[in-house]
Amino acid sequence: MAYSEKVLDHYENPRNVGSFNKDEKNVGTGMVGAPACGDVMKLQIKVGENGVIEDAKFKTYGCGSAIASSSLVTEWLKGKSLDEAMTIKNSDIAEELALPPVKIHCSVLAEDAIKAAIADLRQKQGQAGEADACDATCKS
Amino acid sequence: MSVRKPIYLDYSATTPVDQRVADKMIPYLTEHFGNPASRSHVFGWVAEKAVENAREQVAALVNADPKEIVWTSGATESNNLAIKGAANFYAGSKGKHIVTVTTEHKAVIDPVRELERQGFDATYLDPEPNGLVDLEKFKAALRPDTVLASVMLVNNEIGVIQDIEALGNLCRANGTMFHVDAAQATGKVDIDLEKLPVDLMSFSAHKTYGPKGIGALYVRRKPRVRLEAQMHGGGHERGFRSGTLPTHQIVGMGEAFHIAKEEMTLENARIKRLRDKLWAGLSEIEEVYLNGDLKQRVPHNLNVSFNFVEGESLIMAVKDIAVSSGSACTSASLEPSYVLRALGRSDELAHSSIRFSIGRYTTEEEIDYTIVLLKAKIGKLRELSPLWEMYQDGIDLNSVEWATH
Repeated sequence: MAYSEKVLDHYENPRNVGSFNKDEKNVGTGMVGAPACGDVMKLQIKVGENGVIEDAKFKTYGCGSAIASSSLVTEWLKGKSLDEAMTIKNSDIAEELALPPVKIHCSVLAEDAIKAAIADLRQKQGQAGEADACDATCKS
Repeated sequence: MSVRKPIYLDYSATTPVDQRVADKMIPYLTEHFGNPASRSHVFGWVAEKAVENAREQVAALVNADPKEIVWTSGATESNNLAIKGAANFYAGSKGKHIVTVTTEHKAVIDPVRELERQGFDATYLDPEPNGLVDLEKFKAALRPDTVLASVMLVNNEIGVIQDIEALGNLCRANGTMFHVDAAQATGKVDIDLEKLPVDLMSFSAHKTYGPKGIGALYVRRKPRVRLEAQMHGGGHERGFRSGTLPTHQIVGMGEAFHIAKEEMTLENARIKRLRDKLWAGLSEIEEVYLNGDLKQRVPHNLNVSFNFVEGESLIMAVKDIAVSSGSACTSASLEPSYVLRALGRSDELAHSSIRFSIGRYTTEEEIDYTIVLLKAKIGKLRELSPLWEMYQDGIDLNSVEWATH
């Protein structure tokens, strides 16, 4: 499998690896995927008083493309409002990383993770139902 | 550490031709080019002599009579000739049932599947979780109409050694032909065909420092085993396998097996030391699982699963070492190893496995480097892994409701 330079760069030097305390009120956590499918992404966002995403972190169990997709979106999310973050599309991720067709699902998963994190945050802040809540959110 | 990279740790896939073997082969390409079947001149006689000398060398490694050795193009052809040849020859007198094991090489599984398409009935036994075939289950699988059983001596992925003697005795008692794929065994375990109750045994040269494209099939003479030929033509190899003999390849296989016989005791002790060192190093990593029995195993093989690390990213991480992965990564899907699945390993563990196979030219420095590399890369990938984080938080991953996609 030939990887693009951007995928390799994110794989070798992943950005924003880590975790926030998921119980904090201004942290939204999205966990999508399943071990049996070969990829699990955990994406977390932290928003400021003004509703803007101040920081984002990820952990991913998956192939190089899955790691790169989640690493990339943590960079993209910072500084965006939740509504702006909702507009990130898997096709943008796939294009930026030059993912081959068999790896498109990695970018889909990353988009799902963003939506799940935002849904989690909105639910915490009492705005449940506004976001396109993702079924893939992990309960644990 | 200055070791040359990539480091070759895939000797079970193939081995380099030993320089001593290559040196013996070359004159038979240029100088002694005669056809061993040419009976009317010295060119043919020289080639025939070389072929017969090599036949003796191959027979000597496994304590067989040279007349019991049939040249083929490799173990795949040997397996095909043995399985299809014996099943078809004896089907009329014995029956049309075959017994084999789910962890066999595809070159055994596929010929059996082909026989199923031709109307045979087949039983595929699952081994125990340690990779070994349970004798009672094997015995129970044998039927009055079981014409042939096929069990490999050494497994290619996990290196476990089956109890061929006991399995063969069960076949004898049942009047069933017994075939053994020994492609991964030569030079690694002692084989004594005078004692072993085996009717047919497949060999390959290139797993034992010989050239690719040459192998042999042992066909027992006492009691005489008969086969339907799969390749028809000039009647070479007493009609078992037609086709002009590739003298240089045969000379190479003979020399390779000769060297194996001379050196295997010392070599295996050295390799075992390296393998044990590798396992001692890798088992310092948490949540690492050895696949297959450790004792009943060739010294060359180590097959390890690294929990909470995904297979494809693991392959990317260890690109400095040439190893084989438990997940055959095809373009569209990641298929976990069917051998590890048969041992009852979960998909995740089967995916994240690596087969290290050590050989004649592996050095201690290479093993040291491999241990350091794996420790660093597994650590890095686990830092990235949400599953590792959950495991460390004491969450049972099986209790999580994952949304499959």
